[in-house]
This record gives sequence, C-alpha cells and structure tokens, in this order.
Amino acid sequence: MKLACETLTIARGGNLVVNRVTSRFEAGHITAIVGPNGAGKSSLVQALTGLIEPAHGKVLLGDQDIASILPATRAKHIGYLPQNAEIVWDVSVRNLIALGRHPHGDAAAQPVEEAIKVMQLEKLRDAPATRLSGGERARVLLARVLAGTPDWILADEPLAALDLAHQLALIEHLKTCAKAGAGVIIVLHDLALAMNHADRVVVMNKGRMITRGAPRNALASEVIEQAWGVKTRWIGVPGQRALATLGM
Amino acid sequence: MTRANLIFAALLAVLLPLSLFAGRVWINPFADVGPIADADNVGLILMELRMPRAILAVVIGAGLGAAGAAMQGYLRNPLADPGLFGIAPMAALGAVASFWIGVTWVLPIFALIGAGLGMALLAAIAGRTPSGAGGGIALFTLAGLMIASLAGTLTALAITMAPNAFAMSQIVLWLNGALTDRSWDEVWIAAPLTVVGLGLLFTAARSLDALTLGDDTARSMGVNPSRLLLILVGGVGLTIGAGVAVAGIIGFVGLIVPHLVRPLTDKMPSSLLVPSALAGACLVLLADSLVRILPFVTELRLGIMLSLIGAPFFLWLLLRMRKGEL
Repeated sequence: MKLACETLTIARGGNLVVNRVTSRFEAGHITAIVGPNGAGKSSLVQALTGLIEPAHGKVLLGDQDIASILPATRAKHIGYLPQNAEIVWDVSVRNLIALGRHPHGDAAAQPVEEAIKVMQLEKLRDAPATRLSGGERARVLLARVLAGTPDWILADEPLAALDLAHQLALIEHLKTCAKAGAGVIIVLHDLALAMNHADRVVVMNKGRMITRGAPRNALASEVIEQAWGVKTRWIGVPGQRALATLGM
Repeated sequence: MTRANLIFAALLAVLLPLSLFAGRVWINPFADVGPIADADNVGLILMELRMPRAILAVVIGAGLGAAGAAMQGYLRNPLADPGLFGIAPMAALGAVASFWIGVTWVLPIFALIGAGLGMALLAAIAGRTPSGAGGGIALFTLAGLMIASLAGTLTALAITMAPNAFAMSQIVLWLNGALTDRSWDEVWIAAPLTVVGLGLLFTAARSLDALTLGDDTARSMGVNPSRLLLILVGGVGLTIGAGVAVAGIIGFVGLIVPHLVRPLTDKMPSSLLVPSALAGACLVLLADSLVRILPFVTELRLGIMLSLIGAPFFLWLLLRMRKGEL
C-alpha cells in the first residue's frame, strides 16, 4: 500500500513547520527522515500518520486522502511510535503489546506472540511495563506497533534513548520488518545510522524537504553543510561510515 | 468472570440481604414473625424503607465507582475523583436553587439540569479543537476544577442568602448526601439514568486502554479524542448527576474504589470498570448500613461518613505516592 504526500503544508502558530513537501515513500524499505532541530521532522511524521490536519496539500494512503479514511481503518495500516512514548499504568508487557490489536478490535494471540518473539521479549512477558530498562521499553513499544501488523511503521526517534547495542538491535528489527514487506519511516538524529542503515533518506530543513534519495547522495557533505551549517567528511567504508566534523 | 468481579459480586450478594435486615429495627429473617400486624410492619419496613434505600445505595455506588475508574483511566491519574470535575458541584447547585424556590419535588430535576449544564460547559471548553485533537487532560482538569469552584461559590452564596433559616439548614443538611427516607420514586429517577451512564462508560473501555500509551499513540490507534470526551462526560454526568439528584453529594467513592479494585486486576483501565461498579455498590451499601446502626442520637449523614473514611484514605494515597509505591 502506497504512502505519499503532495505539497504537504502544516501550519503551527502562524509558522509553516512543514512547507510544500512532496514525497513518495516505498514499502519494503527503511526511509530515514533527518534534519536539524525544528526542521519539521516530527510534524511530517505526524501528518503522515494522519494525526495532524494539513493546512494545505494532502497525505495519500493507497489512493485515498488520509483525512477521508476512518481513524480505525487508518490505524490498521499505519503503526506509529511517538517520540517519548508514555506508559501510564503498571500493565504487563504482554497486555501492553496486545494493545497493538486495538485497531483490529480483536485480541488475536498469534500476532502478539509473534511480536514478542521478534523483539525477544519472551522472558519479560509478565513483567510490569513501567519497570523496564530503556532498551527493554523501546523493544516493548515497538512490539506493540508490530502486533498490529501494519503496512507502515512510522517511528519518531525510536533510537534516541538507547545505547549503541540496543540501537543496532532495534535497527536490525526494523530491517527485518522492511524485508517482510512493511514500509518503515524513522526520524533519526544520528546521521551515521541513517547513512549506514537506511535505504532512503529525506533531509528536512526549516520545514522544507531539501533533498531525498539514496543515503550516499542525500547525506553528501555539501547537503550537511547547507542544512546543519557544519563542515563534515564521511570516513570509513560503505556500511560502516562515520562522520568526522571539521568545524562550523 | 474475572477474579475481581467474582469477589465483589460475592461481597455484594452478602451485603445486600444484611443491609435489609440491619437498622434501628433489626429483622431476623429466621424468626417466626408472630402476629399478623407485626408481619405487616416487617414487610412495610423491608419493602418501603429498606429495599429502595438498599437499591439506591447499589445504584449510586455502582455509578460512582465506575465513574471514578473511568475518570482515572481518562486522566491517567490515580488521584482523579469524578466529583472534582464540576459535574457534581453543578448538580448540587441546581438542587440548592430548588430550595430557594421552595418547591421540593423539582429538586431532582434542577439537580439534573445543573449536571447537564456542568457537562455542557466541560465538553465545550475541553472538547473539540479545530485540529480535532481535543484540549488534552490539562485543559479538562483545569476546566473541571474551575467549574467546580464556580458552582461551589454560587452554592455558598445561595446558602448565605437563603430566604430563611429553615431553607438554610435544609440546604446544608442536603449537601451532605444521605439515603435516609428515600422511596421507590428516587429509585425510578436514579436507576435508569445510571444504567444509561454505565452503558456509556463501558463503551469507552477499549479507548481508555489505548490511552495507557498516551494521547498521540491512542489517536494513532484510531481513538477519536473528541468522541471519547463526549462519551465520558455523558457517562460520568449521568451517573454522578443521578446520584446527586436523589442523594446529595457523596464524595470519595469514585476515588477510593478503583484503588481497592486495581490490585485484583491486570491494571488495564477496561478491567477496572465492572469490578469498580460492583465495589462502589458494596462500599456505599456498607457505609449506609453503618450509619443506620451506629448509636448516635441522629443518624450520621452518609456523605459525612464516606468523607470521614475517604479523606484520610486520600492522604494515605499521597504518602504512598511520595514513597513511589503508586
């Protein structure tokens, strides 16, 4: 199922936080959205999820304007993991992941068990969800999204609170989802992660999409200097690149 | 049937007959009632005094318990009490207005109008915003508290400017809820409204579960926040409004009950609703039986009894919260 936006414009308090962004996202791929603080990344993802009404333009899910799709139907196709997702009550990991079935209105055990397995949470199944470590918590929250078996997984900085090992593990999980056919769109701050692991990169700055494409092109040093105002150079071999900063 | 449901349903099945037999006149169901005149009296006490009172306690308690569980789920706060959010104080204000007029039979109607106004105000202020996102829980809480404060002030004004001392004492007495001398008429007012209110609250169950993950996630999962707010304001308004209309202000039940129930459940907000209704019925029934049998010169008011239990309980919750146990 296709996900795209056409001249998408989002206004907040008189400012255009997303300004005429047109893009088509590909299923079976990981698309990283990057950009400096305040570039409009989170707003773009929220609009793609159908949570924000655009001031202008539209988001297309399949061939339909997402605004015209019932929230419950939309939720079956798009799983969204917000930045700083909260967990309020001391529910068990299993019950929390089972919330992923909410859009389907069922309590189907199979997708829930599958998500628990994929995220390697078997041992934590009965643990209280509010007492997990940062890494466990991130895995549980992603498992909740997977339990809904969405066509699209949209995650806003899912790696932000994670250490190196957990970042890599989560990225691998997302790659597995993409290989299985899901479209994955993630907001990333770490450009090296985007460079090494994403299939496509969208670079945002001041609400505009300044470029998109394969990581090698979209994250070229000139683009980084234009958007972040920092001189950089990529070092290392493809797949294991690191970003050296050379000054402002 | 879950464990919590079973426990509180069993407790209710024990408390209900006990409350029918307990009171100033104790009724022994196994004794030979003797002369026909006595049997008539016993029947009268049971059917016209104790039965409607017990059913009202069950109805009001169930409404308060379920409304409390729903509010705590919605606001994602274990200290939320449905009475705090303007609807009960507005219902009370409506009732107090009827004392001013001096026509007692309009009291439930005025109370329900008050509750309706409170609901409408709350929904208008905290409800749908242009983005469709709703105003969030901070707006809901502040709007609710301000409506409650305004209603409380107007009630105080009505008391200080009461037309005569009798009206003043009636108002003050009535504000501290009670089930004394209630009849089947009150049952017929409160029961249908509470049943509809409970039905609304139960339809919100799954959305309340989704809110466990926060507003944005719940919306992404298909929850419509404006619709949820309307359902909850309607459900809480009907259950609380019906309770205040026939019994006055009965506080703390909606706060205490979900706490008693939560440890017996998987802590999902939806798992709390039915057992909270059952436990609320048990608590009000028990408290009302106690005020009947405690040896005071005049009967202790039910609202005062529950506040005497509830306020220290609330402080104990705060202490537990400070220690991070909650």
